[in-house]
Amino acid sequence: MSASAPEPDAATPRAGAIAALEMRGISKTFPGVRALSNVSLQAYPGEVLALMGENGAGKSTLMKILSGAYRADPGGTIAVNGQPVSIDGPQAAKSAGISIIYQELALAPNLSVAENIYLGNELSHAGQLDRKAMAEACRPILERLGTPFGPNTLVGSLSIAEQQLVEIARALHAKSRILVLDEPTTALSARETDRLFALVRQLRNEGIALIYISHRMAEIYELADRVTVLRDGSCVGTLEREELSADAIVRLMVGRELSSFYTKTHDAEAVLGPVVLEVDGITDGARVKPCSFALHRGEVLGVAGLVGAGRTELARLIFGADRRAGGSIKLEGKPIAPRTPKQALDAGIAYLTEDRKGLGLFLDMSCGSNINVGVIDRDAAAGGRLNLQRARERAMGAFQAFRVRAASPLVQVGSLSGGNQQKVLLARLLETGPKVLILDEPTRGVDVGAKSEIYRIIDELASKGLGVLMISSDLPEIVGICDRVLVMREGSIAGEVGGTTGVPVTQENVMVHAAGLAA
Amino acid sequence: MSDFEPVSGNTNPEPGSVLAGTGTGTGSAPAAPSHGGAGLSARQVRLRATLQATGMLPVLIILAVGFHLLGGHRFLTAQNLSIVAQQASINCVLAAGMTFVILTGGIDLSVGSILAASAMGALIVSLLPDFSGLAIPVCLGIGAGIGALNGLLVAYAKLPPFIVTLGSLTAVRGLARLMGSDNTVFNPNLSYAWLGNDGLHILPGFAIPWLAIVAMVVIVLSWYVLRRTVLGVRIYAVGGNPAAARLAGINVPLILLFVYALSGALAGLGGVLSSARLYAANGLQLGQSYELDAIAAVILGGTSFVGGVGSIWGTLVGALIIAVLSNGLILVGVSDIWQFIVKGLVIIGAVALDRFRQGSGVRT
Repeated sequence: MSASAPEPDAATPRAGAIAALEMRGISKTFPGVRALSNVSLQAYPGEVLALMGENGAGKSTLMKILSGAYRADPGGTIAVNGQPVSIDGPQAAKSAGISIIYQELALAPNLSVAENIYLGNELSHAGQLDRKAMAEACRPILERLGTPFGPNTLVGSLSIAEQQLVEIARALHAKSRILVLDEPTTALSARETDRLFALVRQLRNEGIALIYISHRMAEIYELADRVTVLRDGSCVGTLEREELSADAIVRLMVGRELSSFYTKTHDAEAVLGPVVLEVDGITDGARVKPCSFALHRGEVLGVAGLVGAGRTELARLIFGADRRAGGSIKLEGKPIAPRTPKQALDAGIAYLTEDRKGLGLFLDMSCGSNINVGVIDRDAAAGGRLNLQRARERAMGAFQAFRVRAASPLVQVGSLSGGNQQKVLLARLLETGPKVLILDEPTRGVDVGAKSEIYRIIDELASKGLGVLMISSDLPEIVGICDRVLVMREGSIAGEVGGTTGVPVTQENVMVHAAGLAA
Repeated sequence: MSDFEPVSGNTNPEPGSVLAGTGTGTGSAPAAPSHGGAGLSARQVRLRATLQATGMLPVLIILAVGFHLLGGHRFLTAQNLSIVAQQASINCVLAAGMTFVILTGGIDLSVGSILAASAMGALIVSLLPDFSGLAIPVCLGIGAGIGALNGLLVAYAKLPPFIVTLGSLTAVRGLARLMGSDNTVFNPNLSYAWLGNDGLHILPGFAIPWLAIVAMVVIVLSWYVLRRTVLGVRIYAVGGNPAAARLAGINVPLILLFVYALSGALAGLGGVLSSARLYAANGLQLGQSYELDAIAAVILGGTSFVGGVGSIWGTLVGALIIAVLSNGLILVGVSDIWQFIVKGLVIIGAVALDRFRQGSGVRT
């Protein structure tokens, strides 16, 4: 079997075969919420089963039952290789041969690769850690995975992608035959993703059953032999490889047809209109080489490029979040020199961070407070007294305008799904009344339904005359909603497509510049 | 409840992806009942929700009733409660300032020393014939000044709060001793001594101590600032996520400077109250280890040590618990030595409780 192409044959080992993992009739009830009802899925040796569903559909709960973090309600069964097993804790999952690699990796950065692989069942010799034996035992597994590092490397010195390999090595070392990957590519670059995919195929061909959780349609196409879709805690269908299509998956996930996934109704002539933001030779002296561009009123200007091309750094320079080493910024023709985010916001530039939880939201605070935090000083009465009435109005208004799905603005924002959190953060920025909106990966970690709504919001804002600068690694989305695209590579603007360039905005044209292949 | 109170609640249809809220309400602000939980039984979830809603208030009530029964029905009398209120008040004032600091994720170890230095300043000024009226302003000024210095080092030099205030704990203690040449300064005619020894006579034979009134005013003003002003929201925001606060356009260093200066000023107020009570100040002994009681009160009150979550009412309950423990243990005849042990264990127990309330501390 070839190691690269998912051949149709790969999907047939289950003709008469015993499932490596069979979950049947799994339900899980939390006080007040039924998270899973009667979910069944099978994963066969030597196949990649993709598990899809919007945030909140029950994927994580199902995987937590598999890992022993939760116990399913009585009535369901789990069988491994046809033998019923009872998974009542992490140890039971491990001995059943199940390993789960979460988005947030669970490694000790201060220990070596081998020590991490052996964490919990260290080899010892007369009460002393036998580091040598552990390292030697790990070596063949690391070689099998083709890792560029050895067993004695400190985990903290490895990249995220390499740490993921350590997790996979740990799973293989534990003789796992069922491997769950939970959104493994979120933090990976394109090249690292390719390498991971090759490894996933290798493991599949070695007969391991892989369950692959992802939001990214392209990855599902590339890897999956079958796709099981969850919605609202129920299994709504399983698609065979030959039935896979974006429409079919989205229809199952959302439960309705998405008439148009990308909305683009704003005036495409905006690229010829008046300039709202003019950036000239802006640089931080390190990761951002002098960059110049103009953003027009009512235009959606995409910024594409590979991870590490300096896109976020450029946005932060314009927003005053990092120190500029040179260059100038003009807003509506007037020079501005923001040295702090506050100055940029006051001037009329808002920035949506790519790191929603780390740099965006106040997770302990209510949605209402998160929406209002940028404008409370404008609304406040003398002496800084909060205008609670106005704050409530703003919060309710934003909830309606953005269709935030939460019981009320009093709900803690940390308890919302990614899409709704993003809407809350977006609402905060828009309450400040910006003229220029910089969006950094606005749909990262957002489910399909909310993605479409965010595109609609962006389109509406452009129609109202805002200049939108949108950084994104999701090429279909760049192509879908941008009028013009700047492509960054190694800290510089390497090219431009769309607008007046005469080059149409297509994935290929963008990639040509991103990869440095332009003549 | 306003839009600005961090409210517990969980409407996510995927429970477990989110832990039940971290709980802030104590007494006045009951948290919404949470119906999520990380693999807990229904009983545990209910218990946790109850704990979040009521904070440490039940502990306070149980302690008070317990001491009343064990102490020969002498605890819950008007006279004794007035003494407890008096004992709690100085710690209450310090703990209010500490609440602001801990809400930003910091700590202020220097409040006991600041209290001593500012009380020394007040006494010295009160002995100057022409300037005795300036004693209280000078006292507050010294406190705010030293607090602002702490704040400058934390906010602009970006030094860790623990280190900065540990340093000033020692240095300011030395300053306090230097001010009186290591002697006790005494003023039998202290103009503001009524503040420490008199009260508001509401009934014949019963007065509310001025100390307690001052403490209550401080608590209510703190509540107002934290929950009803722009500044308060920003303090919670800075504590909850400083990086996000900066990107949201908040001047984070200014907020930090404010909370340390305020903590210092309230320590100065503590100096006013202590010196009023004693007619004297001593640079060596006054305010020794007061910072620990203040921190304990804040933590007992459920304010999170990492910042962003907590309430001033919790701090009030915490300060009262400490005062009730001190008073009650004496009343039931527990020795001084055992009081230390019991108080320490109660603090550890409370932090354990805090952990339980926050679940495993994982936030998604």
